[in-house]
Amino acid sequence: MSKTTSVELGGIGQAVKRKEDSRFIQGKGRYVEDFYLPGMVYGAFVRSPFAHARVKQIDTSAAMKVPGVLAVITAKELHGVKLAWMPTLAGDTQAVLADEKVLFQSQEVAFVVAESQYQAADGVAAVEVDYEELPVVIDPFKALEPNAPILRTDKKDQKSNRIFHWEVGDKKATEDAFRKAGVVISQKTHYQRCHPAPMETCGCVVDHNPATGHTDIYMTSQAPHAHRTVFALVAGHAGLVEHKTRVIAPDIGGGFGNKVPVYPGYVLAAVASVILGRPCKWIESRSENIQSTGFARDYHTTTELAATKEGRLLGLRVKTVADHGAFNAHANPSKWPAGLFSICTGSYDIPAADVQVDAVYTNKAPGGVAYRCSFRVTEASYIIERAMDSLARELKMDPTELRRKNFVRADQFPYATCLGWEYDSGDYHKAMQVALDAIGYDALRKEQAEKRKKGELMGIGISSFTEIVGAGPRSKFDILGLSMNDGVEIRVHPTGTVLARTGVKSQGQGHETTFAQIIAEELGIPESNITLEEGDTDTAPYGLGTYASRSTPVAGAATALAARRIREKAKKIAAYLLEASEQDIEWKDYQFQVKGVPGKAKTMAEVAFAAYTNPPPGMETGLETSYYYDPPNLTYPFGTYVCVLDIDSKTGEFKIRRFVAVDDCGTIINPMVVDGQIHGGLTEGFAIATMQEIRFDEQGNCLNGSFMDYLLPTAVETPRWELGKTVTPSPHHPIGAKGVGESPNVGSPAAFVNAFVDALSHLGVKNIDMPVTPWKIWRILREKGVA
Amino acid sequence: MSSHKVTVTINGQKRSAEVEARMLLVHFIRDYLRLTGTHVGCDTTSCGACTVLLEGQAVKSCTLFAVQAEGKTLQTVEGLAQGTALHPLQEGFKEHHGLQCGFCTPGMLMSAAGLLSRNPRPSEEEIRWGIAGNLCRCTGYQNIVKAVQFASDKMAKGG
Amino acid sequence: MIPQAFDYHAPKTLAEAVGLLARFGDDAKALSGGQSLIPLMKLRFAGPAHLVDINGIPGLDYLQEEGSTLKIGALVRQAQLEQSPVVKAKFPLLADAVRMIADPQVRNRGTLAGNLAHGDPANDQPAVMLALGAQVVIAGSKGERTLPIDKFFIGTLTTALNAGELVKEILVPIPPANSGGAYYKIERRVGDFAIVAVGSQVTLDKSGNCQKVGIGLTNAGPTPIKATKAEAFLTGKAPSEANLTEAGRLAAEMSDPASDTRAPADYKKAMVQELTIRTLRTAVARAKGGAA
Repeated sequence: MSKTTSVELGGIGQAVKRKEDSRFIQGKGRYVEDFYLPGMVYGAFVRSPFAHARVKQIDTSAAMKVPGVLAVITAKELHGVKLAWMPTLAGDTQAVLADEKVLFQSQEVAFVVAESQYQAADGVAAVEVDYEELPVVIDPFKALEPNAPILRTDKKDQKSNRIFHWEVGDKKATEDAFRKAGVVISQKTHYQRCHPAPMETCGCVVDHNPATGHTDIYMTSQAPHAHRTVFALVAGHAGLVEHKTRVIAPDIGGGFGNKVPVYPGYVLAAVASVILGRPCKWIESRSENIQSTGFARDYHTTTELAATKEGRLLGLRVKTVADHGAFNAHANPSKWPAGLFSICTGSYDIPAADVQVDAVYTNKAPGGVAYRCSFRVTEASYIIERAMDSLARELKMDPTELRRKNFVRADQFPYATCLGWEYDSGDYHKAMQVALDAIGYDALRKEQAEKRKKGELMGIGISSFTEIVGAGPRSKFDILGLSMNDGVEIRVHPTGTVLARTGVKSQGQGHETTFAQIIAEELGIPESNITLEEGDTDTAPYGLGTYASRSTPVAGAATALAARRIREKAKKIAAYLLEASEQDIEWKDYQFQVKGVPGKAKTMAEVAFAAYTNPPPGMETGLETSYYYDPPNLTYPFGTYVCVLDIDSKTGEFKIRRFVAVDDCGTIINPMVVDGQIHGGLTEGFAIATMQEIRFDEQGNCLNGSFMDYLLPTAVETPRWELGKTVTPSPHHPIGAKGVGESPNVGSPAAFVNAFVDALSHLGVKNIDMPVTPWKIWRILREKGVA
Repeated sequence: MSSHKVTVTINGQKRSAEVEARMLLVHFIRDYLRLTGTHVGCDTTSCGACTVLLEGQAVKSCTLFAVQAEGKTLQTVEGLAQGTALHPLQEGFKEHHGLQCGFCTPGMLMSAAGLLSRNPRPSEEEIRWGIAGNLCRCTGYQNIVKAVQFASDKMAKGG
Repeated sequence: MIPQAFDYHAPKTLAEAVGLLARFGDDAKALSGGQSLIPLMKLRFAGPAHLVDINGIPGLDYLQEEGSTLKIGALVRQAQLEQSPVVKAKFPLLADAVRMIADPQVRNRGTLAGNLAHGDPANDQPAVMLALGAQVVIAGSKGERTLPIDKFFIGTLTTALNAGELVKEILVPIPPANSGGAYYKIERRVGDFAIVAVGSQVTLDKSGNCQKVGIGLTNAGPTPIKATKAEAFLTGKAPSEANLTEAGRLAAEMSDPASDTRAPADYKKAMVQELTIRTLRTAVARAKGGAA
């Protein structure tokens, strides 16, 4: 009998082609908007043109006369069903429809329901709203001033616009560190407001059956179970009880954190379906998506580093003002108001740190979602990697040398940071060296020196980031009290094929393939014989969903451990079939073998058949199990990115010449998928660094509210990515995997900005806020007398 | 406000429906003909998710009225494969991991089909310019470029 | 984003089209490529009661050389210009510019005539046609008239077209030997409107001096701008660096850009100067037969 190999099975480490692709390349994917139910009606929003105004009157009479319009819902009607307000994932309250006043431009004011989307649009245009404008607060620093108008007048106890003050670390130790320091730098940065903007916007089709009380919700959801529970908690009284509510997240066209919160549209489609007894579809337009749902970042931060004159880090002090918009609708675990921002010591052995975050209300859309980011790690990584470059410049030291001096060393893992995290594994020196070798760092520095003599501008930027992903553990992490672990169920059918279901939800990550590979590896069943299902709360086990790079660390682990449970039972069956004692059976070459008796073996398929046809006496029939995994710790992927760029000194135009990304995400399940994730994340990082920002004018008008002005890079300007890897498995994860989807988005913005600043550093430039654009560069060059 | 009977030949089939003059072609294709492979990703003619071939040329079906397609030939992603035989572009996208969430993929495929029909052997640079009207949020385009090159090679060999 | 309802008309002749446009006056819009108009209608920034679709009128998609003129019919798509051997061989300025307009799908629909008739200073073709010294043939119910392109743009989104009139064709003089042109567009991202762009067209005389100069500016003011001062300065002079620099300065002086989401005005003005110099440099090199 020839040995089965991992290659044949499509096991861990194989570049298996994706199962998902067949339907997508043939136009047979099924996204939320593709559901057309009999009798379906369409909902659309009337939105506020003002950022802050009293809603004096809403006249719906003309709208009701528009052909096809069935209903116009306002806050008044929602009060009637006790749904005018809903809780946010952060535990704040959010108006489902503007209740007495609007707090940001494009806020939902009324919901028009009609027979067609064209008629709904006509109805929206016919609703007349009378507003009285109120003073607008856009600048988060001004929002904190004592005389600032208080925005959240709906909250009786809200005496200012501050949402929370959060601090962590050791103030005194940090003060001491700064006092002793030979060198101190201080740097102000703004990680601008940006948006996940997945290609598919948010939407749903809600189908409430008044006869049975059952409600099906087809929904763009990254967390269908959590959403169902939220619906039950918020609208249980209106009929959305958990056992009769089914959330179905079908194919999802990208999420990146945008599809974690609950938006008013979901609630209103449900209300409309309940009121009318017909299915209701709501799909937001792209402009609505950018202007009203789930923005990310908007952290104004002062970062200070203290070090010895030799460049040894002594302390870190970070103060952030976080602009959360009109409602605190960020998506962070309950116990972590600023998420995992305290990962901001990064890849460095820093003895003392003091971190403070003040979150404020402003007249902007609500959010603060974890956009391709594990709860503010992106902001954290950005500030420390930018600050390290500034410190290197202050010390006149090469930024790679400063990093080398201060990296947590491989022999220090597991490493406890001064802010309370325990890094599981890493080799930061190695990852950086691989990256520097790949790009030819020393030669580039020589070239740069030569170019500077000729007045040519070239920059090299490094970012050596550490990620923190895979929340739980459940003792520390919950969302609205729901502990952050995920379930997996595996059924091995009699013929040896498998159906597995998880509580997470792929939005393009390729779970149907990669999780099948985990099972293939664990059970010796070819991945082609394994089907993975997600996204239907009626069938999938409970889980908190896919975001914050938690699928592989949590559900991936659950999958491996569930498969091992299957194997434990299978081993007993194999022993019975092979007439050997269980102790004499070993799992070798993906089958059960009798130790020392070559050829005496049973495959998993043979065992599965026996599990249903000939199980050992006294054993339950069947071969299936479930597993809920509570991770003992988070995982800490890391890497080093190097960017080289050239700048046109007359126009400020630039070209990314090369970008090398060396990632370490522990064990790699599917290298093709991992590289794809990195390509995508780097491209998003490039976009954030160079073109994306949601800006507002003084009146609170959103200036970048569509794809005309909120720019996604095209294939033309997107750099050609060069990838490298090191592999340092996680010691606590069953297969050593760490998660990868977010690393490139977390690590790359600082590499780009460090390169821009590096190109101009000889002119005394210390910072350029993102997005770094030609005109910003040109202005600097003009000020410095170059352009 | 006029309404019109629109008849098109789409993916080789003749289909008609009575629609308002303002009906956008993409909604005609999706809501009336129920070919849902063609997607809507924006409202400003920016993203290309709605790209179809009109008389063999790639167009954004969100920026055409259905009445303008009267009597014309359309092809959507559903018409790319010949029976069970995938189009070389479809094969290329799968082979080179040219898609992740799949939402931009149909439009991307149709743009690439339009490109290859006028330039069967594009350079990498020409491919990048050829798909510049299609935004992808997942892949960073690198593998899409490889996928189009795969298709170009295969078609040159008569595949 | 759903347009308002309207009546759709699909005339089969130009006469029928201008008849409809005259009949409905300001309530009507002509639809050719539709790549500017339909997005505006979807946003409900435009809501014509009547749409007169000229796409079905036969014989308007010609792109032909006639004597020393290239005649471009109203339904010639940008993609046709992009792929035209004549454009590639004789109009490097137009070839440079047309591939930078929006994206391939939009270029498959959008027309040169529509790009001009929209009157948007951010569109690329107005500056190109200004630099090339084109003429616009306008059809109306009272017959045809021909207007030099520098008389065509009146204000932002306003042209010399009266209600009931259409651009029927564009006449572009074919540059003589020893001519060259270039277009340089600074944009936030491929496919975007220009932050600013400059198109330059130069014909050199036997001694290598600038015999004829055309310079058009994109998105550098409330209308497309013909940089006449810079043209006049350079005409008859040697294309020395000093003279090109002065031409750049004069072009910038004529520009009147506004700050917007793309860039602040000071940057735009400075770029008009720099891009004028760069495009003139390339135009001169091309006129001399250089590959640049």
